[in-house]
Amino acid sequence: MSKTLFEKIWDNHLVTELGDGASLIYIDRVFLHERTGSIALQSLSEADREVRHPTQVFCTMDHIVDTFPGRGDATVMPSGTAFIQSTRHEAQAAGITLFDIGDPRQGIAHVISPEQGIVQPGLTLVCPDSHTCTQGAMGAAAWGIGSSEAEHAMATQTLRINKPANMRVRFEGELGFGVTAKDMILHLIGRYGAKGGAGYAVEFAGSAVTSLSMEARMTLCNMAVEFAAFTGLVAPDDTTFTYLAGRPYAPVGEDWDQALRFWQTLYSDDEAIFDREIVIDASTIAPSVTWGTSPQHTCAITDTIPSLASFIDENDRTAAERALNYQGLEPGTVMSELQIDNAFIGSCTNARIEDLRMAATILKGHHVASHVKAICVPGSQQVKAQAEQEGLHQIFLDAGFEWRESGCSMCFFAGGEHFGAGERVLSTSNRNFESRQGPGTRTHLASPATVAASAIRGHITDPRTLMGNN
Amino acid sequence: MQPFISHTGVAAPLLRINIDTDAIIPSREMKGVSKKGLGQGLFAVWRYNDIDARTPNPEFVLNQPDYTNTTILLAGDNFGCGSSREHAVWALAEYGIRAIIAPGFGSIFYQNCIRNGILPVTLANETVLDMAELMQSDPQSKQLTLDLERKLVIDCAGKQYSFEIADSHREMLLRGLDVIGLTLQLDDRLKAFEESYQQQFPWLYPNTNS
Ligand code: SF4
Repeated sequence: MSKTLFEKIWDNHLVTELGDGASLIYIDRVFLHERTGSIALQSLSEADREVRHPTQVFCTMDHIVDTFPGRGDATVMPSGTAFIQSTRHEAQAAGITLFDIGDPRQGIAHVISPEQGIVQPGLTLVCPDSHTCTQGAMGAAAWGIGSSEAEHAMATQTLRINKPANMRVRFEGELGFGVTAKDMILHLIGRYGAKGGAGYAVEFAGSAVTSLSMEARMTLCNMAVEFAAFTGLVAPDDTTFTYLAGRPYAPVGEDWDQALRFWQTLYSDDEAIFDREIVIDASTIAPSVTWGTSPQHTCAITDTIPSLASFIDENDRTAAERALNYQGLEPGTVMSELQIDNAFIGSCTNARIEDLRMAATILKGHHVASHVKAICVPGSQQVKAQAEQEGLHQIFLDAGFEWRESGCSMCFFAGGEHFGAGERVLSTSNRNFESRQGPGTRTHLASPATVAASAIRGHITDPRTLMGNN
Repeated sequence: MQPFISHTGVAAPLLRINIDTDAIIPSREMKGVSKKGLGQGLFAVWRYNDIDARTPNPEFVLNQPDYTNTTILLAGDNFGCGSSREHAVWALAEYGIRAIIAPGFGSIFYQNCIRNGILPVTLANETVLDMAELMQSDPQSKQLTLDLERKLVIDCAGKQYSFEIADSHREMLLRGLDVIGLTLQLDDRLKAFEESYQQQFPWLYPNTNS
């Protein structure tokens, strides 16, 4: 029988049907972080339950840990140290692998899991973090869960879940100059809405996806949850296998050969049935930027903010009105005239080495506008080390960017460091919700190229104007 | 877990779409490594004029006298989208919310509700809006009854709305089950699966740990 990629992975992991519409699905690997993982580990041990396979459980410190140089357990987040120390204590007691502060492998969960080769094609991986879908880029079924489900996954190495439906989003054709994976996913959500993927496992496919690098595919899958999808994934191919080879947790020798033969069977069959299919002409996508407080409030960087009358649905119109009010904006504003106060390059969406290279190419020889506070937070210590080896950090520093230790940092506000009320941030992260980056902070999402170009000019700027020979 | 069989209580309208878990429980309100003490932080940004001093914002629906005993929320579509934090559900539960009625929910949030004894009811947008309108027009009609056994929402006028919920989810809520314990009862089947699985995918179980 023909199957989609997601169905193949699902069937391989089906332990048993539970008879009431739910299935018991085997979970290969669990990833935790100190913000939500600490509670899961703690409440598991309080219930006198053990982690079933500690070698398959990994934990990092990314959400609460400071990103200032010279950091330790102390954080600016109130009571943050308690989270860090409790996570360390519980992780050691449970015998799981911890990428602790000071470990050269430390970084944001969804950056380091692929980097270490922990997520691999065809496996199931869960993490109590909604952006776990990032890791689907490796051809895995990877999705975010709550803490109670994380407890269940650790105690039983399974989850009880209802099977999601299948959607395929095909980006066909070639991306234009200066257009990135971030623009693809913003474009998709802008066009089909922040709940367009609800109930679906979304496979990204088409020639514009297969020609993306592994890291760009991660950016694409990262925001599947912003599309309300159960998860996003991309069929593994040579790009995937080349990326994975030689990574610390990747198989070697005969194991590799055997694994590779299996991975090569992981694609959606020609006759596979998708419950929904969307086709997008990649050449029509422009560098994109959000104007409101939902990722669906997206437009091309060359556009103006839409009029309220253009929202047919009343709920959408009310939400847009509220968003504009929060953002301090008017319909008809030309996006590229919007002055910014801050530029943030970081997060599990866009803080990998290619993202930093892209930004550095634009920043080289420039300085950020005098009124702009600019921060770069590499997604992992390994990305940071690589960037430093290539001299990218110097470009960022010379351009007036802060250069940080890795972590989630100001992608989200947790009572610690944040951007100011009413300040406008252009950010490479994935959420532009109200107060996401600080109380009253106004966030706009864009690609690293757009953020770098805009930081230089001091207002939202089409990166193409600063790229190539123009 | 507290079972959910049926419940009657005051329902409050919070009809914005895409209310995310950051709005339900802001990150800064998640102060300790604990599931407790979160109720005060529920909707903190909207609920308080001064968050630190906890000065209530009289405009916010839950602060209005008619809604002080709210146990049910009537919400806009995609409620609980965003961050996976289960704290959102723990905060709702601690505040006293037993059920949420919305046209759609964030999928992780939905699962978290089921795990914590909160009933998520999916009803068409128009139905939710009609219910909200009825309630706002008549202060006597703010109560709803939710009957999970019969999968019904019943308003004050006795009008019934039926809703769908997966049998697995209904069962878990009705019985307030300890799900981990339940799964561990299937250990024989699980062990058999693991044995053949590990043989098929040996590279996932290297002895070395780099
Ligand atoms: S970088 Fe931001 S979105 Fe990604 S895991 Fe960290 S807080 Fe979440």
